[in-house]
Parts: sequence; structure tokens; C-alpha cells
Amino acid sequence: MQKNFKNSSLFTGLFSLLILAFLANLALGNVLIPLGDVCEILINQTHEKHTWTYIILDYRFPKAIVAILTGVGLSISGLIMQTLFRNPLAGPYVLGLSSGASLGVAIVIMGSFLLPTFVADFLVNDYGILIGAFFGSFLVLLLVFFVASKLKDTMSILIVGLMFSSLTSAIINVLTSFSSAEQLQKFTFWTLGSLGNLNQNQVYLLTIVVSIGLLLSFTIIKPLDGLLLGENYARSLGISIKRTRNISIIATSILAGTITAFVGPIAFVGLAIPHMSKLIFQTSNHKTLFIATLLLGAITMLVCDTISQMPNQDFTIPINAITSILGAPVVIWLIIRKKGIR
Amino acid sequence: MESKAILKTENLNIGYTSKKGKIEIAANINIELEAGKLITLIGGNGIGKSTLLKTITSIIPALEGEVYLSDKKIAAYTPETLAQNLSIVTTEKLPASNLTVSELIALGRHPYTNWMGNLTENDFNHIENAISVTKVDHLKYQKYSEISDGQLQKVMIARALAQDTPLIILDEPTTHLDLFHKVAVFKLLKKLANENNKCILFSTHDIDLAIQLSDEMIVMTEDFCVQDQPCNLIEKGVFDTLFKDEHIVFDKAHGKFIVR
Repeated sequence: MQKNFKNSSLFTGLFSLLILAFLANLALGNVLIPLGDVCEILINQTHEKHTWTYIILDYRFPKAIVAILTGVGLSISGLIMQTLFRNPLAGPYVLGLSSGASLGVAIVIMGSFLLPTFVADFLVNDYGILIGAFFGSFLVLLLVFFVASKLKDTMSILIVGLMFSSLTSAIINVLTSFSSAEQLQKFTFWTLGSLGNLNQNQVYLLTIVVSIGLLLSFTIIKPLDGLLLGENYARSLGISIKRTRNISIIATSILAGTITAFVGPIAFVGLAIPHMSKLIFQTSNHKTLFIATLLLGAITMLVCDTISQMPNQDFTIPINAITSILGAPVVIWLIIRKKGIR
Repeated sequence: MESKAILKTENLNIGYTSKKGKIEIAANINIELEAGKLITLIGGNGIGKSTLLKTITSIIPALEGEVYLSDKKIAAYTPETLAQNLSIVTTEKLPASNLTVSELIALGRHPYTNWMGNLTENDFNHIENAISVTKVDHLKYQKYSEISDGQLQKVMIARALAQDTPLIILDEPTTHLDLFHKVAVFKLLKKLANENNKCILFSTHDIDLAIQLSDEMIVMTEDFCVQDQPCNLIEKGVFDTLFKDEHIVFDKAHGKFIVR
């Protein structure tokens, strides 16, 4: 079929772009490393210039992996939420999941003074932050879901998401006034977020957890297609709405929660990438959209990260600023273009 | 006792359960739907047609009584086997999406496909058949959001057909259509019932057409719910009781309502 041919050539194109973006991400930065040398280092794990080997293998390669995981995870969770809420403007950041994760982390880092020291020591580490972020985003998503079931209007759901964001940041403000300078510093560093601050163990942990989230998401590709017809039709097709909803909630909280825990709140990627996939592939078929979103999410984060490390300059820009600068106009354009969104 | 009925209700009471308790809309409904028959459900606005359809399609639970699908309680079906026995077309507006007509019809194969939703040769045959019977070939590659209401109604019927179920239940499929499309939908459903041996039940306000084309009718009023062939219902004068207004009178000779 013609459409299949068109899709597979698009996929091939995107895949080549991904490899290009990956190599460019490794090569560009305040030290420029020629592409040939980048490939040599990747293949042989060594090079005559030890600083280059060090920069690529210990810094840029793990960072590129984190960028890919972040892009992929946030975009897939956005795609699931858009179908589930029947809302083209849904996404982990817009609906307050990222703020929920922030609150969870804030409670773990700054609220631990309420607990005995040995419990606090047990909690304030990678796993504690991970669990805090997961439950934070999980709870916000449950609340948004509860409100969404009472409201049919898609715009109100977004406003509710916004309210949850304000509420969580207010609670975080309250927490900061009670916390010690050391805790505050730790939390502030976390909120700045960065793809490059993860140690090897954290990269492994992120890889495992994001993979679990993605595997869970893959199991609901079929029911999500059915949900395109609305809940009653989906049910009449033998789809268990409850099961689909539960898996979606867990998968998106795992993805958005852990990513936020490790790299900080990243705006708009989860909202804009699924839209780009829908625009490019002109389909609603989730199998196609999943692959497209995976590829586009990875490419976009790699490109954003390459911009943020400012090739040939001595400074970097926070990744969150780049995604917002690129993502916010996309959202505004979407709202203007689709006046009929309801 | 083995009955020919595909769907049967026994002393069914329908309505909603809310915090304040049960709100009963209609009681004591006994209907039987048989294969190969086109059955229409008529009644005034708010009499409970949609509630009845929702109850017998297991969207909302019955307040009392039982619904049997092929001699088995409908509540005992798993969602998947129910989907292989019963398909629906509702009045619900579809959420916005990029689905094309053929993709939408293909979703009808959901109860039969594997976990990834991959379509087999057999699935494609069912889809093609549904498309050709409903004559929507020319719309195949269009997005469903870009076709007219009348066309969309046919497409939704094609989707139900692709689901390959002995029983199809539709809620007001002819509303919002002009006379030409109303007749087209009626005739299509009639053909599906009589030639493809489907059992088709649908609610409608087009009583004149229903009297002419249906094999059986179910008439709901505030006091009773009766099922029979249209001519028998006319004989019994059931239609006179349909509307509580002396200005609307049923003309037995012509089989239609007149306003005085």
C-alpha cells in the first residue's frame, strides 16, 4: 500500500536523523571533536587524545543517552495522556505531573526533618528521590483524573492542571521556609535540572525504569486505538477501560515521575512531540504514532541538548529554557490553528 | 427450553441508580429479538428508549430482571465475548482524531485481533465486505471528520458490521438525516437483517418509515411496552396511545400520524 511505503520512508528518514543528531550531540560542545574521531572513540573506546576520550565516554555519551531517554519517556507519556483525556493539549508538564514530582522530591529532601535521622538517611538518596517523584506525579494524575471525570470541557481540565501546579509550588515554598540551608541548596540544585549531572548508577537506574514504563505503554497500544471512538464504543469492542486507564496512569507516572526526578522539570516536550508525530504521519494509529513519537522525542531532546551546550562557547543554557522557548510557540500555534478544540 | 431469540429480557426494570436511590424509568419489559429481523423501538422523548438500549447492551446495569443473550445472562459474558456477539452504534459524537474511514471500520475487528491489533487476511476480508455492503468504498481514504452526517452513519454501521456480531443495536441512527438518507439507512439495515440474517434493533422517531419497513416494532409508552408486527400494532390501536395529545391522531387506513 502507498501509505505503508510513505510511512516506512518517513521512518527511515527519522532514524537517519536520529543517528545524525546523536553524533552531532557528541561532537559539538565547548570542545569541538571531529565526527571521525567521535566514531573512533565510540568503536575503540580509546583515542590518542585522552581528554577527548574522557569527554565523550564519561560525559557526552551518558548525557546523550539521558537526553534520548528523557525525550522518549516524556513524549510517550504525553501521547498516552492526549488519547486518554481526549485532549490535544494534555501533557505531563501542562497537567501538573512535573510539579507533582517536584513536590514529592521537595518532601523527601526538605520534609525529612520531620523524621528520625536514620529514616531520613535512608530516604534521602537516589531511590528516595525516585519514589518521591513517582508518588508526587501519580497523586497529581489521580486528582486530575478525578476532576476530569466530573468535567467534560477539555479547557477546564487544563486550568485544573495549572491550579495543581500553583498549589504544589505554594506547598514547596512553605516547605522551603522550614528547611535548613543545606537542604535548600540540595533542592535548588535539583530544580535547575540538567541532563549531564547523573552518575553512572543513576543512568542505569533511569534506563531500567524508563524501559519498564515504555514496556507498560506498549501493552496498551491496541486499547488506545479503540479509545479514539470514545469510552462507550471502546467498551463495546471488548476493551477494559479500567485496566487501560490503570496501566496508563502507572506508565505515565513512572515515565514522567522518574525523568523529572533525575533531570528536573522539562517543559513542553511531552505536549509538542506527539503533535509533531500526528502532523507528520497524518494518522491516529497508535502503533505508527508510538514509533514516530519515540524517534521524534529522542531527536528533539538531542537537538535541544546540543543547543543548550552552546557549541564553541564557554557557557551553557539550562535545557528547560530551550524546550520552553521551542515548545511554547508550538502550543500557541496549535490553539490558534484548531479553534474548534473542545 | 431452547429459544430462537438472540436477545431476550425477563421482567426487566430499567433506570438509574444515584445517591438518592433508584430512579425507575420503565418496568416490566419483556422483549425477544430474533435473527433475520429488523426491529424498531419507538416511543416519545424521555420515555426511556436510550436507557433500554443501554441496559440491554450492558452499558448500564438493569435495576431488576434479566437480559439473556443467546440463552446466557448478559452479565456473565466477558467483555471480549460480548464484543463478538453484540455491536452498537450510538448517538455519541466521536472525539476528534485523524482516523480515516477504513481505519475506523477496521477498529470493528478489535475483539478478534492479537494484543498488537494486527489485522489478518480474514480481518481484511470482513472489513472489505463491510465496506462493499454499506457502499462506502469511495470514502475509504477520507478522514471521518470530513464526511457528511449521512455518510458517517453508514460508516458507523459498516464498523458494527465488521465486528461480525449476530446482533446489532443502534440508537437513533436516522436522526439529523434528510429523508433520502433516512430511507437509505432504513433500507440498508433491512437488507442486512433479511439477507445477512442479522438481528437488528434500533430506536427511531421516524414512525412512518418504521411501520413500512420493520419486521417487528417495540412500542414504549408510560404505561406499557409492547412488541409485535406493525400491522398487528395498528389493529390493536397501540399507536393512538403513543402521544398524549388529542391533536395527533393515528390514521389506520394510511398507517401514519395526522395533525388535526
